[in-house]
Amino acid sequence: MELEGVLAELRGSFESGRTRSLSWRQSQLRALSDILHKEEEGIFRVLKADLGKHQAEAYLHEVGSSIKSLNHAIKNVKRWMAPTKAVVPMVAFPTSAEVLPEPLGVVLIFSCWNFPIGLSLEPLIGAISAGNAVVLKPSELAPASSNFLANNISKYLDNKAIKVIEGGPDVGEQLLEHKWDKIFFTGSPRVGRIVMTAAAKHLTPVVLELGGKCPAIFDSLSSSRDRKMAVERVVGGKWGPCSGQTCIAIDYLLVEEKFAPILVDLLKETIRRFFVRPDYISRIINRQNFERLSNLLKDPSVAASIVHGGSLDSEKLSIEPTILIDPPLDAEIMTEEIFGPLLPIITLKKIEESIEFIRARPKPLVIYGFTNDEKLKRRIIAETSSGAVVFNDAIIQYLLETIPFGGVGQSGFGQYHGKFSFDIFSHGKAVAGRTFLIEFSFRYPPWNERKLQLMRSIYHFDYIGFLLCFLGFK
Amino acid sequence: MDYGEKPAAMDGGEFDGERAAEMEAEMREIFRSGKTRSLEWRAAQLKGLVRMIEEKEADIMAALDADLAKPPFESYLHEVSLVKSSCTFALKELKHWMKPEKVPASITTFPSTAEIVSEPLGVVLIISAWNYPFLLSLSPVIGAIAAGNAVVLKPSEVAPATSSLFARILPDYIDNSCIRVVEGSIPETTALLEQKWDKIFYTGNGKVGRIVMAAAAKHLTPVTLELGGKSPVVVDSNINVKVAAKRIAVGKWGCNNGQACIAPDYIITTKSFAPILVDSLKRTLEKFYGKDASESKDLSRIVNANHFKRLTSLLDDEKVSGKIVHGGQRDEKRLYIAPTLLLDVPHDSLIMKEEIFGPLLPIITVDKVEDSFDLINSKTKPLAAYLFTKDKKLEEKFVNTVSAGGMLINDIALHLANHYLPFGGVGESGFGSYHGKFSFDAFSHKKAVLSRGFFGEARARYPPYTPRKQKLVRQLLNGSIIAMFFALLGWPRSG
Repeated sequence: MELEGVLAELRGSFESGRTRSLSWRQSQLRALSDILHKEEEGIFRVLKADLGKHQAEAYLHEVGSSIKSLNHAIKNVKRWMAPTKAVVPMVAFPTSAEVLPEPLGVVLIFSCWNFPIGLSLEPLIGAISAGNAVVLKPSELAPASSNFLANNISKYLDNKAIKVIEGGPDVGEQLLEHKWDKIFFTGSPRVGRIVMTAAAKHLTPVVLELGGKCPAIFDSLSSSRDRKMAVERVVGGKWGPCSGQTCIAIDYLLVEEKFAPILVDLLKETIRRFFVRPDYISRIINRQNFERLSNLLKDPSVAASIVHGGSLDSEKLSIEPTILIDPPLDAEIMTEEIFGPLLPIITLKKIEESIEFIRARPKPLVIYGFTNDEKLKRRIIAETSSGAVVFNDAIIQYLLETIPFGGVGQSGFGQYHGKFSFDIFSHGKAVAGRTFLIEFSFRYPPWNERKLQLMRSIYHFDYIGFLLCFLGFK
Repeated sequence: MDYGEKPAAMDGGEFDGERAAEMEAEMREIFRSGKTRSLEWRAAQLKGLVRMIEEKEADIMAALDADLAKPPFESYLHEVSLVKSSCTFALKELKHWMKPEKVPASITTFPSTAEIVSEPLGVVLIISAWNYPFLLSLSPVIGAIAAGNAVVLKPSEVAPATSSLFARILPDYIDNSCIRVVEGSIPETTALLEQKWDKIFYTGNGKVGRIVMAAAAKHLTPVTLELGGKSPVVVDSNINVKVAAKRIAVGKWGCNNGQACIAPDYIITTKSFAPILVDSLKRTLEKFYGKDASESKDLSRIVNANHFKRLTSLLDDEKVSGKIVHGGQRDEKRLYIAPTLLLDVPHDSLIMKEEIFGPLLPIITVDKVEDSFDLINSKTKPLAAYLFTKDKKLEEKFVNTVSAGGMLINDIALHLANHYLPFGGVGESGFGSYHGKFSFDAFSHKKAVLSRGFFGEARARYPPYTPRKQKLVRQLLNGSIIAMFFALLGWPRSG
């Protein structure tokens, strides 16, 4: 079918009102849940094919997390749909006021290749919960996953209201020419700009989920138990999710000079203990990204800073977990988002300097802090800006539906997960109502001084003055 | 920036891209110093605004009179008092708004604490409109200040007296290092839009809204677009027509003579009820504005000659000129157009395609009142939709099937005065909302903060992966308390 025809069908489905009912929303969410349960093997297979992702990792970050979000949405969507009563102040007089969430219409979701299933389903859950018709355009760089979504979503879900359109940048461009009621984009700032520029033509609101260099401030923890646990969380948070090809992965570490050797030893030891088999770590998505990452290491002064790893296998597109100490700050590895298994460690005289270091750079999606120092924690929260701040763990914030997920500044705007996903695909319509019973004639022209006095009394909350004036007026 | 008015004179030479960049950099430096973040700074600025309104009320009213011949009652009611009450409301609530919101953390990440911290976005740009030049400038500024941002305000050059009043008096009452006024028209706005802002808040029309958003895209800047649209009024036949006519009339002509984004643009009623409604509206108009409305001091005039021409050309359209049932008189010298009612204008006439934004009110008739809903939904989404009815079922259907920025039943425009309701559009009427706490939120970033300690660890999430670990991860993600208990003990320990 031509794109125009597909869009007309979606618009028709939305306008029929079908997607607004609670039962439709819940049935579609359950159907997504069915895919995850019944086609789990298929998901493991495509993620293996696209990214060499181990099934344990695939379950934790894509299948399991999506099931958790779905369960939450199925349980709460009825409550989310209910109008919120608003306070009615005397000045406005209306007898009722509420905010009613209504679906936006036909929405477009661009997802990305690093979590091709999880990052497609997470916004899709929000769009469906809010009662929209949806087009999902998965990334062509994870072709097996894209194909899996196209086949199964059309098989399990209402395929007249929810469509998967596969393709590359040309298809993306075609989609962007049309008018959508919302565009939700996950990817790079470069493409984010293109998406927003196209959206401006139709006044379409956008959500941009971008990335950035997420720093982790690693304080010189005194207890060896804390150190060990923190390092495990760093290793798990860097190489665990898609081998660092993650928007919320730790991009670089900030540590005190004297603590750096201790930290490097612990990191090495943990890497050896964790990644005992090569298939416990994902591979690089494609040759282009493999080249990009190997180029980051080619700069001689960067290469000289490698203290662990650094071996590359261009056949298998795998890069060993690599640690670097103090690569030059103007090298590309420290100016661009790494999005791969390389971890620079930047040393500082004092850990407090990390705050200024972060402030001098674009706002990241997350700032991680491994510390027990409450004062440092407070300073990080108050003095830096980022999508989120996470203390003493990494990545796990993705699993929480009570906090919003999204960026600020260079890391994008608009937030989702849990009810935030529902809200971002809804319009909060203000609905106020009055009756014909009470009527104040001083609202109407011809204006005179007395009417103005009455109004002044009301606005000064001078109800007695108002009453006197009102009675006198009558 | 609308309709090509001449730029207002700028002090100290041309405001070009270079000067805009300098100003933006200066303000960014001050923002970085943290000055605007404290509760004290925010409250002092809001108090300054309140003091300004109290001391300069006469000057404000005079500027509104010069720009729009706005009747003092309207100026007070719709601009001065609304801004003042927004300020005092924000002052009262500020501390509460700024407080981080504790949220429950889930079993999956136990033990942990989670909160949402509101932080200022940075240096923000507000571009406002000419029809409510005082309200629509300061209302978003209040939100931006309350949220702790540095602010640049670009008032509309189409209301030059109010614009220059801001430039003159604001610095006396608020911190001029972090809150600036830039006067000007297209060149100045273009220079401003080239800079990187942390938020752009624009009130105006869709054409310029598109330009603003495309400029914002270059810097990945989030925008709020407060646009307009053709806001319909559906009138059922079971109502108190006298009261309804008064409420419609004051909402149309008593709001800047129809030059308001939430003014009724057109009425839809049944064929049989139309004559009764027209009759009642005519009588109300006479009561409000006398036999000859051109003599009344209670009507704003059309803002300028360009808008006067635009409005008269809507009336001169041959498809509608025969449809005038009341008014229609005009006086170009005084920029006066009489309150005008038109009955049964064709749907393809210009007046039914474009936002009217003036004292003309077409009435469309349908067989059954329910038919109006499809008619409204066949057009672009308006900023407001109104319904007059006593039928609760009809009201429910209206609320659930018609899409609009906001809606009000049995009255006009009053929903805007409620600080507890979000104000903003959807679709062609824009996106993003404000007023009350919604203004604070529009200028804040909601930062998620998750804190964990070093006790309790789900080792199961780390490689080497074993079947036992995978089973535990499944249970953890399903919120199993038993799984969490094992995880806390660091089980399974293999590897």
